[in-house]
Amino acid sequence: MALTTYVEAIRQGIWEEMERDERVFILGEDVGIYGGAFKVTEGMLERFGEMRVIDTPISESAIVGAAIGAALMGMRPIAEMQFIDFISCAFDQITNFAAKNRYRWGAGVPIVIRGPSGGGVHGGPYHSQNPEMYFVHTPGLKVVAPATAYDAKGLIKAAIRDEDPVIYLEHKYLYRRIKEELPKDDYIVPIGRAAVRREGKDLAILTYGAMLYQALEAADVLAREAGLQTEVVDLRSLLPLDKDAILSAAKKTGKVLVVHEDTRTGGIAGEIAAIINEEVFEYLDGPVLRVTAPDTPVPYSPPLEEFFLPNKEKILKAARQLAAY
Amino acid sequence: MSAVLRRSRKSPAKDGPAARRDIPPGMRPPPLEPMRNPGLSRARLLDMHRFLRLNRVLEDQLSALYRQGKIVGGLYSSLGQESISVGTACALEPGDLLAPMIRNIGSLLVRGVPPLSLFLQFLARHAAPTAGKDGTLHFDDPGRSIIGPISVLGTLIPVMTGAALAARMRGESRVALTYIGDGGTSTGDFHEGLNLAAVLGLPLVLVVENNGYAYSTPVDRQFAVDSLAERGPAYGIASESVDGTDVLAVYAATQRAAARGRGGGGPTLLECRAFRRRGHAEHDDMWYVPRDIVAAWEQRDPIDRFESFLVEQGHATKGDLRSVEENLAAELDETARQALGSPYPPPEETLRGVYAGGD
Ligand SMILES: Cc1ncc(C[n+]2csc(CCOP(=O)(O)OP(=O)(O)O)c2C)c(N)n1
Ligand SMILES: [Mg+2]
Repeated sequence: MALTTYVEAIRQGIWEEMERDERVFILGEDVGIYGGAFKVTEGMLERFGEMRVIDTPISESAIVGAAIGAALMGMRPIAEMQFIDFISCAFDQITNFAAKNRYRWGAGVPIVIRGPSGGGVHGGPYHSQNPEMYFVHTPGLKVVAPATAYDAKGLIKAAIRDEDPVIYLEHKYLYRRIKEELPKDDYIVPIGRAAVRREGKDLAILTYGAMLYQALEAADVLAREAGLQTEVVDLRSLLPLDKDAILSAAKKTGKVLVVHEDTRTGGIAGEIAAIINEEVFEYLDGPVLRVTAPDTPVPYSPPLEEFFLPNKEKILKAARQLAAY
Repeated sequence: MSAVLRRSRKSPAKDGPAARRDIPPGMRPPPLEPMRNPGLSRARLLDMHRFLRLNRVLEDQLSALYRQGKIVGGLYSSLGQESISVGTACALEPGDLLAPMIRNIGSLLVRGVPPLSLFLQFLARHAAPTAGKDGTLHFDDPGRSIIGPISVLGTLIPVMTGAALAARMRGESRVALTYIGDGGTSTGDFHEGLNLAAVLGLPLVLVVENNGYAYSTPVDRQFAVDSLAERGPAYGIASESVDGTDVLAVYAATQRAAARGRGGGGPTLLECRAFRRRGHAEHDDMWYVPRDIVAAWEQRDPIDRFESFLVEQGHATKGDLRSVEENLAAELDETARQALGSPYPPPEETLRGVYAGGD
């Protein structure tokens, strides 16, 4: 059977949902004729027509606002941000309109806002950001970040079917670099559920997005070099977090390292450390450590970006430190 | 007074935008008018020619570096639009504030930014204006009254409004000029910035480079007016639309706008019509652009036009103009070599400069 890339998996997920439910439509910049800057929507214009695959002006706030309005009318819009960095232009619509609507008067806003995030492709400060925490800090939103093709498809489907606004972060580094065989049948990956990617009892690495692969490589090295069995947990969903998965990894190993590509201060690692502290402190054999990007914008020059991004070596250093407890 | 309902273009057909697949009127070259010297000396004309050529030769070399894998980030060409950068920048006083967008390398050259700095910036070297932290034309140069752009389209318009405001508060007679693409006019910041400048009566010159496309999106998917100059009256400001391939027309219109601003006449919206003759960036072969439109605009090449004008008016011979190009190419070859030999920033540079005093 053919292997499906991460980007194809997103496309398949959207495609199947559009086939299944005529309320689903997509709008964004260059999503029609061009098929999206990263080709996520390639072929959709031909299949679904211009009423459901809508090229918009460069107006992120209008893209999200229109998605909200259509959702209130019973539609299931998917709003594409050409780069997730430009989601900043739609901040008000997302955090004030979409996020707070259900709480105020019970009218949910079932929209998906998706786009390419993350670094590693020399995109510089405005084409590499990881904006998850702006939204994780906003009650009423959901935030997901798939790392595998299977999850990319299953989570986009879950996001489209969800009754609430979902920010769906695609890691652009993964688009064409990873592939796997996907089931033929319809499936979803439930939002709010982490996945254990590697079992281990000596320490646990919790991560998501492109950093999953750095963590898995580090785990291999730890096994080879030190005989350490590292559990690797892919969070997949940042809001809501899978508390059970986090706590059970902490209880099982007593040593937790959180890894994310996002910057350090206010990153999800701090939240996870607090949850572990509050709930399973007595199981810990060492401090919850974190490996993250430093508190700077994402720099452009290759040696700077390499310094900025977490990687296998940085994870190994922290893991060895943690293992020593 | 009765309300007047004006609509400059038919609304989309009921069966959706698919019904209008014809080429929008604003995308074809405007009628060809002869170029006219707005009173510039021969030396000044030849200066402008040199900048146009420098713009093009420099971008050719950057493109070659990109294809060799030496420029790792995005690269955006101004082929066929050099006249807008050069014409506008030449019309300003040296102290006027200028903020380029991504295709305005020519404006920076006019302002005196050395080609070496530009090579270093694109090559992400330590000696570059941003020390490798950002690429392309994303840098400030306060000494040359240049404020740098960020990628997020439209953001410079309020920023340059504020720059003009500060200049006025300090009693300085400085105009602020910035650029926006046809696509960028759809941003909220375009509206907010231009309206604020209008209300405050600030000397903002907003140059709209209408080049037919925003990435793959043609102008008729971007706005429902035929010319963006139509928006001027809606903001209560002056506006004008010129053939952007005519460097002298661009120069003259910018001068009018700057004089208006300096004289307390408020902002000007200046639409310059040209065409994006290459893809959105180097990676894009623009298969979605009808070839005949590109061909029509190739016939309107701003440098060819200006060179014919210079020769016809007896300001230069074809030989003179050719040697300008050859000399520039040789000079820039050397500059590129120098830049390529310049080191990358040390990794720890990443951590510097986030805050004031910031090591
Ligand atoms: C707010 C925002 N949204 C999206 C983008 C991505 N983007 C970069 S350039 C571009 C097209 C710009 O078109 P236009 O304004 O016409 O300028 P041109 O490229 O033609 O010079 C887009 C959509 C961006 N930079 N900023
Ligand atoms: Mg354009």
